[in-house]
Amino acid sequence: MDNYVVMIGLEMHCEISETNTKVFSGAKNEYVDVPNSNVSAVDMAFPGVLPVVNKKAVEHALKISMILGCTQPEYMYFERKNYYYPDMPKNYQITQETKPIPVGIYGSLKFDCKGEEKTVRINNIHLEEDAASLDHYETFSTVNYNRAGVPLLELVTEPDIRSADEAVAFLETMRCIYQYAGISEADSRKGQIRCDVNVSIMEKGKDESDPKNWGTKVEVKNVNSFGGVRDAINYEIERQIELKENGTYDEMEQQTRRWDEDTFTTIFMRSKVDAIDYRYFVEPNIPKYKISNEWKESIRASIPKLANERKEIYMNEYGLSEYDSKVIVKDKSISDYYEETLKLGADPKISANWLTSVILGHLNKTETTINELFLTPNMLVDLMNMVSSGKISSKQSKEVMYKVLEEEKEPKVIVKELGVEQISDDKTIRDIVIPLLDEHPDLIEDHKKGKNTFDFFVGQVMKATRGKANPSLTSQIIREEMDKR
Amino acid sequence: MEYMSKGIKEIHDDLKSGKVTSEELVNESLKKAHKVQDKCNAFVTIIDDAKGVDVTDSLLSGIPCGIKDNYSTKGILSTGSSNTLKDYIPFFDATAITNLKNNGAVIIGKCTMDEFGMGGTGTTAHTGVQKNPWDLSRMCAGSSSGSAASVASGVYPYATGSDTGDSIRKPAAYCGIVGYKPTYGMISRYGLFAFASSLDHLGCLTRSVEDAAIVVDAMKGIDKKDMTSWDSSNIHLYESLSSDVKGKKLCYIKEICDPGNYPDASEETKQHLDNFYKTIELCKKIGMEVSEVSIDKKLLDALGSVYNIISCAEATSNMSNLTGIIFGPRVNADNYEDMMKKYRTEGFSSLIKRRFIIGSYVLQAQNKDRYFNNAQRVRRLLVDAWKDLYKEYDAVILPVGSGPAKYLDDSKNKKFTNSNILEEHLQIGNFGGFPSITIPNGFINNLPVGVNITGNCYDDINVLNIAYALESEMNYKGQIAKEVK
Repeated sequence: MDNYVVMIGLEMHCEISETNTKVFSGAKNEYVDVPNSNVSAVDMAFPGVLPVVNKKAVEHALKISMILGCTQPEYMYFERKNYYYPDMPKNYQITQETKPIPVGIYGSLKFDCKGEEKTVRINNIHLEEDAASLDHYETFSTVNYNRAGVPLLELVTEPDIRSADEAVAFLETMRCIYQYAGISEADSRKGQIRCDVNVSIMEKGKDESDPKNWGTKVEVKNVNSFGGVRDAINYEIERQIELKENGTYDEMEQQTRRWDEDTFTTIFMRSKVDAIDYRYFVEPNIPKYKISNEWKESIRASIPKLANERKEIYMNEYGLSEYDSKVIVKDKSISDYYEETLKLGADPKISANWLTSVILGHLNKTETTINELFLTPNMLVDLMNMVSSGKISSKQSKEVMYKVLEEEKEPKVIVKELGVEQISDDKTIRDIVIPLLDEHPDLIEDHKKGKNTFDFFVGQVMKATRGKANPSLTSQIIREEMDKR
Repeated sequence: MEYMSKGIKEIHDDLKSGKVTSEELVNESLKKAHKVQDKCNAFVTIIDDAKGVDVTDSLLSGIPCGIKDNYSTKGILSTGSSNTLKDYIPFFDATAITNLKNNGAVIIGKCTMDEFGMGGTGTTAHTGVQKNPWDLSRMCAGSSSGSAASVASGVYPYATGSDTGDSIRKPAAYCGIVGYKPTYGMISRYGLFAFASSLDHLGCLTRSVEDAAIVVDAMKGIDKKDMTSWDSSNIHLYESLSSDVKGKKLCYIKEICDPGNYPDASEETKQHLDNFYKTIELCKKIGMEVSEVSIDKKLLDALGSVYNIISCAEATSNMSNLTGIIFGPRVNADNYEDMMKKYRTEGFSSLIKRRFIIGSYVLQAQNKDRYFNNAQRVRRLLVDAWKDLYKEYDAVILPVGSGPAKYLDDSKNKKFTNSNILEEHLQIGNFGGFPSITIPNGFINNLPVGVNITGNCYDDINVLNIAYALESEMNYKGQIAKEVK
């Protein structure tokens, strides 16, 4: 391993989920469980149908192009990629190629990998239609056309990534951007993110910028989770190093393999000489159209604050640690949840503390998302307010929180059920303290002589209230009443 | 009293005044349709249960018509004259059909055509050879062969057609009627079975320029389902008709019209060209200026190749949706690939398969620049040459084809030098999307011949008016085919 440099390039496909309809048809763009329910005549390629471009999808595509610092085209074109496969009833896909230029070319993305800043150059990003999803069984396969025609963004990086960790960190950053920019839920469980991974190795010490020194490119197709990306890359690195070590590397052809999730291996599909000729040509049914500067500017202005910007605010304005800030912004829905509590008046530090110390742990343990969480930002703020107003102690609040998460009942209900509500009423406590002092004049004397009998009285009040008396208020009242004697 | 051999306006007036009912027109039309079917084979489907409709102020209301079989008609068999769709009944109407229906048009039949519009002979329909009503040993040309034959035979005053190379304008000439394709995008292509999307036009076949204007007025309109359609709501073809063409400037092209270019041409061709020059004299007589211009013959010689390359490339992609799996007669085989192969091998005529192979070949990565990209370049040169003419002239006037209808038995057709230029020049109208109309301008051996007028994009009114004025100076308006042999 130490003798080689690994070069990795990624093709990341991300469905745009935030449009009402598909990219070229009027069918709904919505993830549903019922197969073949979001389908129109256009998706099924009935004779005579024509594609109509979804402007919102183009807008999202231009938005991500801008975020990645890419150059946008002056005119929008689409191309046909011709191939026969049951996942595409037209038997061609409407997509974009690099000439004429797609929605974005030549950008870059800085991202953090285990505390180190890395940069990956983006070769291009283009807008296309997704294909239907196929499920293969032993003797038959099923086709679900719900996904056929869903807008899809394909991002192609330069081979600037050097390890599986970097690849995953890059993908996590991209997913985060898609979510923050309101382009996609980017949920790989819904199949919204899929990757092709290009891996090659070269001897260490040679000039990495010279393609002549590069190894033979192996493309691994259809990797559908970030974990899969990590495993596929590591498998390929090992496989290719083994070829180097046993002297057969040079016989390896440039090839396409697929990731097999069952065996955790990559399997040979075809070599470069069998590469499919997609016979591209410009889609004649979509006239090229000019992307006006006004439109571009309005898209640019609509880009919301992304994770990094939010992180800066959390650190500089709210005083959170870098670590906590990072943890919160990593997932937009968590960051949104956090900001919602602030809107409701929560203290930024205390709210962040709840999130990082208890709530995220709970989500991890239960494998749920924050949107599925019973505890709403409102409830969390309620709980925090109970502590700050002295209604419950901060120690009790932890107990309440665990019960809320476990039993899915509102904090105020749990507080009542547990009977942990603190007694912070002056008169109630005073009514206990006065007779108590009356009973023990000797201990008051001892106290005045400097002996510590104070804690005894506090203990008695706690005993009488079964621990519900507000401790600081109790101490204060005992002190006042003793001083009177 | 016979109505179906009259013009639309006259029929409409009698419908309005109650001299005839829509039901009576439908019965007359159906009867004639069956007669023409027996003789010429003009229909894929005759709709025997067609019903008359209420007569409104719309000129087409209550009047029968024919529809080319590549228009998607809801609930009515639509085959494109291909075995691959021999049982296909669409569940939606083409936009042009919806527009016609909204104007009260009554569909009597679906007209035979060359399979999917390919081939200009009218002989490749899955239902058999289409014969010319003037002379059953001759062809109608194609691909709108059934539309032309039925209108020429007086089955109804109009039928729809489609035109990718000259598929409306050549059959019109061979059948002695009017064939008009308006500017590209004036009529929505939604629901027209695609042949070559960038060249496909919709239009109509009628027996007068007036009727052509009325019919296209009803078919046209911007359509949100076709991105290449445009708003023509301010264009009223029928209302704008005027025979005042004094001072209009026409030109014809020496390299196409000069008999000297065709030393070994047949007697029919020579007479056809003589007749053309008589029409030129007529143009001058009614006050138009006509000039002879020159176009580089090399460019004209490239016409046919450019057309073949572009139309075959687009066709092979457009028709990859025909697999017999989602629609069309599914065939039995062991797996989906064999199903598709068998369906396509058995379903398409050899002419179409040949064109698919050409289309695939010219798009292959190693051939694309030499063939497809160069064809696009030459297309641009040709269109630019015509656009230059339109800077100076209102329209280009040219003879249609090399004479009257050709024999079905090809051995009787005389081949001669440069004939391809005469046969193919109408394709420029498709390259540029130009409005183009053919009207009858005489007889040779008792068979009709035609002349074509083509103008600049969006200049449909001008083109129609020139044709309208010329038509009124000749005696062929409204003529019905008389079997001469």
